[in-house]
Amino acid sequence: MDVAAFYICAAIAILASLFVVAQRNPMHSVMLLITSFGALAGLYVLLDAPFTAVTQIIIYAGAIMVLFLFVVMLLNVPTEDPAPSSSMLLGPTGMRIAILLSLALGVELIWALSRVGAAWFSDGPSATSVSSVTTIGVELFTRHAFAFEATSILILVAMMGAVVLARKEGR
Amino acid sequence: MMSYLPSPPVLAQLGLIFVVFNMLVMSAAFMVWLERKVCAYIQDRSGPNRVGFEGALQPFADVIKLLFKEPLRPKAADAFLFALAPLVSTTAAFAAFSVVPFGTETTLFGLLDQPIPLQITDVNVAVLVIFAITSMGIYGIVLAGWASNSKYSLLGGLRSAAQMISYELSYGLALAAVIMMAGSLSLREIVLSQSGTWFGFIPKWYVIPQFVGFLIFMTAGVAETNRAPFDFPEAEQELVAGYHTEYSSMSFAMFFLAEYVNMVTVSAVATSLYLGGWLGPFLPDWLGWMWFLLKVFLILFFYVWMRWTLPRYRYDQLMEFGWKFLLPAAVINLFVTAAMILWVG
Amino acid sequence: MIGLNHYLILSGVLFAIGTAGVFVRRNLITVLLSIEIMLNAVNLTFVAVGRYRGTVDGQIITFFVMTVAAAEAAVGLALVISLFRHRETLNPDAFSSLKW
Repeated sequence: MDVAAFYICAAIAILASLFVVAQRNPMHSVMLLITSFGALAGLYVLLDAPFTAVTQIIIYAGAIMVLFLFVVMLLNVPTEDPAPSSSMLLGPTGMRIAILLSLALGVELIWALSRVGAAWFSDGPSATSVSSVTTIGVELFTRHAFAFEATSILILVAMMGAVVLARKEGR
Repeated sequence: MMSYLPSPPVLAQLGLIFVVFNMLVMSAAFMVWLERKVCAYIQDRSGPNRVGFEGALQPFADVIKLLFKEPLRPKAADAFLFALAPLVSTTAAFAAFSVVPFGTETTLFGLLDQPIPLQITDVNVAVLVIFAITSMGIYGIVLAGWASNSKYSLLGGLRSAAQMISYELSYGLALAAVIMMAGSLSLREIVLSQSGTWFGFIPKWYVIPQFVGFLIFMTAGVAETNRAPFDFPEAEQELVAGYHTEYSSMSFAMFFLAEYVNMVTVSAVATSLYLGGWLGPFLPDWLGWMWFLLKVFLILFFYVWMRWTLPRYRYDQLMEFGWKFLLPAAVINLFVTAAMILWVG
Repeated sequence: MIGLNHYLILSGVLFAIGTAGVFVRRNLITVLLSIEIMLNAVNLTFVAVGRYRGTVDGQIITFFVMTVAAAEAAVGLALVISLFRHRETLNPDAFSSLKW
């Protein structure tokens, strides 16, 4: 059951990401990426991280993607022009090399990671119903308190920066 | 023969899902009737009274009418997204109810070996799940606004989405205060921590210590569901009908259904968080769901009453209220709750 | 049985797809979306390894990664908006006036 769930979620994530990268309409790209995030949230649930799964949906799929959607709608982003093809297989030289390099990266990663010794998850006590939220909360506010505060200041600065950068000129 | 059926716990679970789904759809129908009757009596007229006793079959007549209407689609609309939007809205509305508890464990009069809780599923991050699914419901509105390819829909959709996102913050902060008091994210445990009474007759519901939080939650909930004084994006006088202008027939019915089920979900969550869920004085424990229904009904009646009594906020007043008044109030509520927990215990 | 290797390979594939997107796409918003794909692949790695080692550290790091990604998306999109106002296009090739 878990195996089937893993393969389904993984397939959805990979296919959705491929279509995000491959297809031209930016609105559809955003919706496909939301699907990919949903699949990743499913994978987090399989990894016994329900808090991360829910946070992924709330923050990524629910807030960041809405931001992307607003920008796409307000700027009325046009469907991308097809690349000026040099009538060969994958378009102009740059694109061909890019896809080749990414394929090389992917193959390298898969090769390396599959030669690591097989590592199985332990069915430890963290696998059962003890609330991970409490543990995360305690860790976050004690050992990582400085990072937490610094991140909140980072978001404040980013918010101010975004408001200033997106303002109309002449104000 | 019996071996072909699933095992009794699975059957019980499926039965529970079936019952909850039907209750939600029936409650949406009931809300249609309630709204029109209450609106009528507030406006000193008598409302629907032809179809069935006191117009009780009016919602069914409405559905039949909508089914027979022609489904239209503007030619320049993005077909896939246009069809997807009402589905997203409705699915999110129904899915959010899946973690709401409406009764204690029951063995269905002894038919089952193990008692099942009257709740579709009990995750230990239930409150966050509701929050997450409500954020996904925003996409239905945004997509509807965009895919209709019409200026009224686009403006209505964007305004609606911006309003819902802004009020989600206060919604979450009011939730956080209750979570602090209860010490758990699971709705069942939050309800159970409200059992017992002070002085023998005042129930320990969180509405009493968290009165400000309750008001903030209800206000944010009303704004989240695009209802009552915060329904500018669907205001007929300003925006034709906002994001669902171009929809007709069953798609329109699905948006309506989604809106009413969202109202029911917000009421159910408010009941579990603040009004003690299924707990109540005189009935035995296993009839707790009656108290639950009563409390949800009260909040829904309040919703309808507010809509037909209060005038509508203008959009900039609405956003200003959400950011400049409600959000600081929610933050202060959180601080005060934390301080009280630390010092008083 | 699903082991750590499966998750790591999956996140490697997702990372490669995101990289391809950054190189190949000629629309600034899709480039930003590909960056988000890469960040998510990294998140998946963290959570998987955290689960393998039995601690919650992986989930805590993802918390920070998500926050930083949100901040970066906000600022990036603000930049995209100002660029669009300036040049009326989102093609990165149009912003090459600093090239020699």
